[in-house]
Amino acid sequence: MNKYYMSSLLAVFALAAVAYFGSMGLPWLFGILLPYAAVVVFVLGFARKVMGWARSPVPFRITTTSGQQQSLPWIQQARIDNPSSTVGVIVRMALEVLTFRSLFRNTRMKLHDGGKFSYNLEIFLWVGALAFHYAFLTTLVRHTRFFFEPTPLCIQFLENADSFFRFEIIYDFIQFGLPGIYVSGLVLFAAAVYLFLRRLFVSNVRYISLASDYFPLFLIIGIAFTGILMRYFTKVDITAIKELTMGLITLKALTFQVPEGISALFYIHLFFVSVLLVYFPFSKLMHMGGVFLSPTRNMTGNTRQVRHTNPWNPPVKVHTYEAYEDEYREKMIEAGLPVEKMPEPKVEKPTEEEKKE
Amino acid sequence: MKDKKWIVLGLVVFFGLLLFPLAWNMLVKAAPAPEVVLTKKAKAAKQCVMPKEYMTSEHMQLLDLWRHSVVRNAKREYVNPEGKKFDMSLSNTCLDCHSNKEQFCDRCHNYASVRPYCWDCHIDNPKGEE
Repeated sequence: MNKYYMSSLLAVFALAAVAYFGSMGLPWLFGILLPYAAVVVFVLGFARKVMGWARSPVPFRITTTSGQQQSLPWIQQARIDNPSSTVGVIVRMALEVLTFRSLFRNTRMKLHDGGKFSYNLEIFLWVGALAFHYAFLTTLVRHTRFFFEPTPLCIQFLENADSFFRFEIIYDFIQFGLPGIYVSGLVLFAAAVYLFLRRLFVSNVRYISLASDYFPLFLIIGIAFTGILMRYFTKVDITAIKELTMGLITLKALTFQVPEGISALFYIHLFFVSVLLVYFPFSKLMHMGGVFLSPTRNMTGNTRQVRHTNPWNPPVKVHTYEAYEDEYREKMIEAGLPVEKMPEPKVEKPTEEEKKE
Repeated sequence: MKDKKWIVLGLVVFFGLLLFPLAWNMLVKAAPAPEVVLTKKAKAAKQCVMPKEYMTSEHMQLLDLWRHSVVRNAKREYVNPEGKKFDMSLSNTCLDCHSNKEQFCDRCHNYASVRPYCWDCHIDNPKGEE
């Protein structure tokens, strides 16, 4: 047992309990006020964080040079892994953002019998991350059906594609899968659980895992779990829920009543999402914005061609030798020091007394 | 910083995508939540197979179990908790009262963007009632 994941797990259970009991007495708080507040906090917090990064100085080019840099014309350059042009950087960033190339490079050291030593490709983090992120994106996008009326055709296409695999489990007493199975939801849940188990069972990953790693995982597992429960197991009144969400998105919700017949499970789901939105800008989840600002990836590796000056360098007050000599020339001559520019001999003007003579 | 404008642009695009539904709903007035219409026969029956709350959220599950029972086990009789007996049939039982698919089934299904495959095989209103 580990205090980090136990505290996170308990926190998520506590949040669920808060939403469960709170929504009984105060449905408008959990259904209207908190979601609005969460979106406001998310937007402002996100902007604040990113603008803070935008203001931070980048004193050096610290591009990771993962290949041959641009050199003599007969030496082949790794155009993506050591880009010297903006196009190369864009390709590199796109591969990083869309396919998580850094995770793909994950290796694991192995010590074989006889003291032989090897690095093996370890792709399961990459596979898990890809599954997780793309499932999350799909889930997020298809949830926009709750915010448009009528539901746009592209969202309907996505729903159809997502529920392409129809499978149903039916016995006389159990039924599963009639509202078509959305693969994305199940993959999201499975991938999040996998990413948690990885932190739990791989000892060196567990060693570096903190509560701030476990908490968002549990929260997302909770969101996926409550969503799956609502869709396939304890069904909810979807029309009432869309009435609420349409009220929220058209900003009418502040004046209207929360529709009746929405189960507490939905409020738990919504409260988890609200907490995630509030938590987002203050946590490691900001890698969503941060990945675009990775200084080791988003700069050209052209330090040998272009002089990179830090634009934030404060103006340095310089005192050139010329100015120094101008200031001290007489004293230098008096002391017998060499000067670059001899003072012009002064043509002494005759004084008044001399004129009279 | 000379990259600041790109960072701000990225933020604007992100928030634009995020808040697009909000802007869209300000421009286009969304239809209100649908009201289902009950036929005279449905009103007269007072209660469906199960209570209304159960039927609104779990009717698909009931229909799925009915289909399974009929197709796999050839059992056509359904007894609800009140002891009332029903024939397990979409066409003959459900659509007997709810013969108005457009005003009953479709309204919520369209609103929630649900496309049930009932109608791949079944015709709606098989008896041609009002």
